[in-house]
Amino acid sequence: MAFTETFLQSLTSVVPADRILTRAEDLVPYGFDGTAAIKQRPAAVVFPLTTDEVAACVRLAHEAKVPIVTRGSGTGLSGGSVPVPDALVLCLARMDRILEVDAENLTLRAQAGAVTLKIDEAAAAHGLLYPPDPGSMRISTIGGNVAENSGGLRGLKYGVTRDYVMALEVVLADGRVARFGSACVKDVAGYSMKDLFIGSEGTLGIITEVLLKLVPRPAARRTMLALFDSMEAAADTISAIIAAKIIPCTLEFLDRTTTACVEDYAKVGLPTDCEAVVLMETDGHPAAVADEAERMAAIALEHGAREVRTARDDAEATSLAAARRNAFSALARRRPTTILEDVTVPRNRLAEMVTFIAATAAHYNLQVGTFGHMGDGNLHPTFLTDERDEAEMARVHQALDAIVTKTLELGGTITGEHGVGLAKKPWLRQQMGDHSYELMKQVKAALDPEGLLNPGKIFD
Amino acid sequence: MAPPTLRTIDYAILQQCMHCGMCLPTCPTYDTTKHERNSPRGRIALMRAIADGDLEITKTFADEMSYCLGCLACQTACPAGVQYATLFETARADIERSGVNQNLKRDFWRSLTLKLLFQRPALLRAAGAALRLYQRSGLEGFVRRTGLTRLLPADLRRLEPQAPTISPRFSNRLIAPVETPKGEARFRVALLTGCVQDLAFAEVNRDTADVLLANGCIVETPPVQPCCGSLHAHNGETGLAQKLARQMIDLFPPTKYDAIISNAGGCGSHLRHYGPLLADDPNYHERARAWDAKLKDVHEWLAQIGVRAPEAAPFDQPTTITYHESCHLVHGQKVTRQPRELLRLLPGVTITELPEATWCCGSAGVYTITQPEQATLLQERKTRNILTTGATVVATANPGCHLQVARGLTAAGADIEVMHPMSLLARAYRREQRP
Ligand SMILES: Cc1cc2nc3c(=O)[nH]c(=O)nc-3n(C[C@H](O)[C@H](O)[C@H](O)COP(=O)(O)OP(=O)(O)OC[C@H]3O[C@@H](n4cnc5c(N)ncnc54)[C@H](O)[C@@H]3O)c2cc1C
Ligand code: SF4
Ligand code: SF4
Repeated sequence: MAFTETFLQSLTSVVPADRILTRAEDLVPYGFDGTAAIKQRPAAVVFPLTTDEVAACVRLAHEAKVPIVTRGSGTGLSGGSVPVPDALVLCLARMDRILEVDAENLTLRAQAGAVTLKIDEAAAAHGLLYPPDPGSMRISTIGGNVAENSGGLRGLKYGVTRDYVMALEVVLADGRVARFGSACVKDVAGYSMKDLFIGSEGTLGIITEVLLKLVPRPAARRTMLALFDSMEAAADTISAIIAAKIIPCTLEFLDRTTTACVEDYAKVGLPTDCEAVVLMETDGHPAAVADEAERMAAIALEHGAREVRTARDDAEATSLAAARRNAFSALARRRPTTILEDVTVPRNRLAEMVTFIAATAAHYNLQVGTFGHMGDGNLHPTFLTDERDEAEMARVHQALDAIVTKTLELGGTITGEHGVGLAKKPWLRQQMGDHSYELMKQVKAALDPEGLLNPGKIFD
Repeated sequence: MAPPTLRTIDYAILQQCMHCGMCLPTCPTYDTTKHERNSPRGRIALMRAIADGDLEITKTFADEMSYCLGCLACQTACPAGVQYATLFETARADIERSGVNQNLKRDFWRSLTLKLLFQRPALLRAAGAALRLYQRSGLEGFVRRTGLTRLLPADLRRLEPQAPTISPRFSNRLIAPVETPKGEARFRVALLTGCVQDLAFAEVNRDTADVLLANGCIVETPPVQPCCGSLHAHNGETGLAQKLARQMIDLFPPTKYDAIISNAGGCGSHLRHYGPLLADDPNYHERARAWDAKLKDVHEWLAQIGVRAPEAAPFDQPTTITYHESCHLVHGQKVTRQPRELLRLLPGVTITELPEATWCCGSAGVYTITQPEQATLLQERKTRNILTTGATVVATANPGCHLQVARGLTAAGADIEVMHPMSLLARAYRREQRP
């Protein structure tokens, strides 16, 4: 079977009809996520409000053999929530309640559709912090963050989403509900199944509820901009700061093209005449912050920074970080299509990688803007192109291939935080090696034998 | 040349949206439903599907574009520089041409308002005067009390209690065609009186003129001014909007003035884009561009020329004021800092920030009539936010917002006054003269 009228009828017995969309005008906007040039209309979209409703939908889809694509806010950058033909999209955007902040145990429980920023705001109301802050945090859902194991601007010091997931509630492929993990700081009972679901991109189960770890909000922070006349000098500075055993919370990098686009939009006073801007932030105890900030500035100047500017106040610091969060979208100002990479290398290979990207773009005669979480070794070279120009697109693909090959040579990974989805699928086997790759497929087959959960994502 | 349709518009404008979703949290309709179709990203996707030939212009699409407030919060939020205003107006014009919305009753109201009243200032004023007579004569109370309104057609019944209280005298009776400042004249400006502003808030125009005079401007206010065409452009009547723009440029040759002043956010946002509107008109496009350069929102202009701080307080008591940003001032014209700066100059006044100050109040042109439910949701949200500030005055600079916010506050039984920043400033200047 597949998606039929009968299936649709049965769906309305578990979710009211006004939460099921089937009209063309309703479906067209669910044909894509934040990824360029991938489009596929689903057969229907359903908005469950509870775990029970999710489970009921999944049971019906399982019986009818209808593929399910789970979606949060559709900001994914690897095509993860782009539907497959005849798919039912399970959109969790309305399961957005924050259920509890436990200020004694420093945890927060929320439905999977809760928006990342709202989670941090709820934590802040108790003097706490939820650290992972992806650029999309104003709209991305926590379910999407967990499913992609998203990183953010503070990843260097605080880690990524995985480091904050204590427990998950998951609806399995056949509609059973399972819980993994606990509210305990230590827990080694059985396999760490929750870790299997983190980063599973909607292919193993539907995450319906999360229990997150919070940390105390730091008492102080200092934000600085270091300006460089060469990208290599910026990369060297990053390596030197890390080698000096300083762990700042943020070391974000923008090249000249990206800086110009961001400034064009945000008008926060970024200099547009230097080759690289590094946004550096340290937070914690005021004395430690002052000390670290001073040492970071000194290291930057030693390694060729033209200038190091310090944000005047909290408001300026926040607006600088906000401007950086918009980097990817701002790059779209230049050309119609923006194709971004997510390559990540060991941090002492950064300078080499940055140089290679620039050379590759020049070789293929392409415009590229590079930015990224440099402290994590995670770069987002973004090709500014036009999907309608076939010749240019062919060169883009050649350039991407070259960058991926180089990344793997340097011991890096094809994706640091956006996931494999559809976009990175062709290179996964190459990176993982045959045995790991096959094992992963076995795991998928064990948890989703019918292959109905987000089919065709990560691997075929 | 015919104005572009979704199929003929420069495709790059549609492609500019890279569907990142960064605009979603700022969109009031998406916030209500969480349906992509009701979001900027979704609406642009529909437009692109139409441009691609994957979708026809349907009644559902028309409804969707009617549900969009046109508040342009998405345009401010979009890092990619998507020109949502252009897409929005093109889509609405396309819908009008397609005829999917046609029905007799709607046509009658559109013709009466867009094609007749809002094109002929004299008729509009006459209609306004009649409405005032009705409001003042006691007839209004009588009609409402006796339930006679039930005899009105449903549309009119909905409209009737929303009609603004009409000013006793319109701008032409309050402001002389040319007024000169007492001291040295530094600038010559033209004052646009607007349609709704003129009918419901003529005294705001008087206050604006006073503030400009107090700041060394010669103020020219022709007694009869065409409508600026903003309502027409927003509702898909591009041809009429172009015609009105030409009339405006003829009446106010841009070279004659240092600035052409608008005090209504909604009008200003349209008024400063005559250039693109008349881009294909060889006779007018240059003048239209010059016009755009001269067109200033009054707050922007005052901040630019260096406003004189009033010496007297506008009120006897220390007063807390909050500021609601008109969508078309903040998102359409990016004027957000200046009104606050002006308000901060007022002696005896504390400014508290309004939570969600830039969130639409639901007024949005004719939205209260076309989408009453969503309009009311937004109005109630605005009222709740205002109540948290403890302010006794809400400043706002657009007649539509003014009415909508005031009605919301009245419905909530709140004793909070709504005032245009120019009225507050004018009041303070006037009180300088008191012994
Ligand atoms: C401007 C911009 C900036 C970004 N910055 C960052 C960044 O700094 N760091 C980063 O890591 N990413 C970033 N991203 C990528 C993206 O925002 C993240 O991957 C985010 O976690 C996706 O969340 P979402 O709710 O939009 O998920 P979606 O895009 O809807 O879904 C993403 C994937 O998760 C699956 N999924 C979603 N919800 C669930 C669920 N409840 N259960 C199971 N599977 C689910 C989907 O099937 C899909 O495979 C950015 C994106 C944009 C557009
Ligand atoms: S309108 Fe702008 S912010 Fe919204 S999805 Fe498109 S590109 Fe992103
Ligand atoms: S104009 Fe306002 S209502 Fe319309 S899409 Fe943009 S933000 Fe949403």
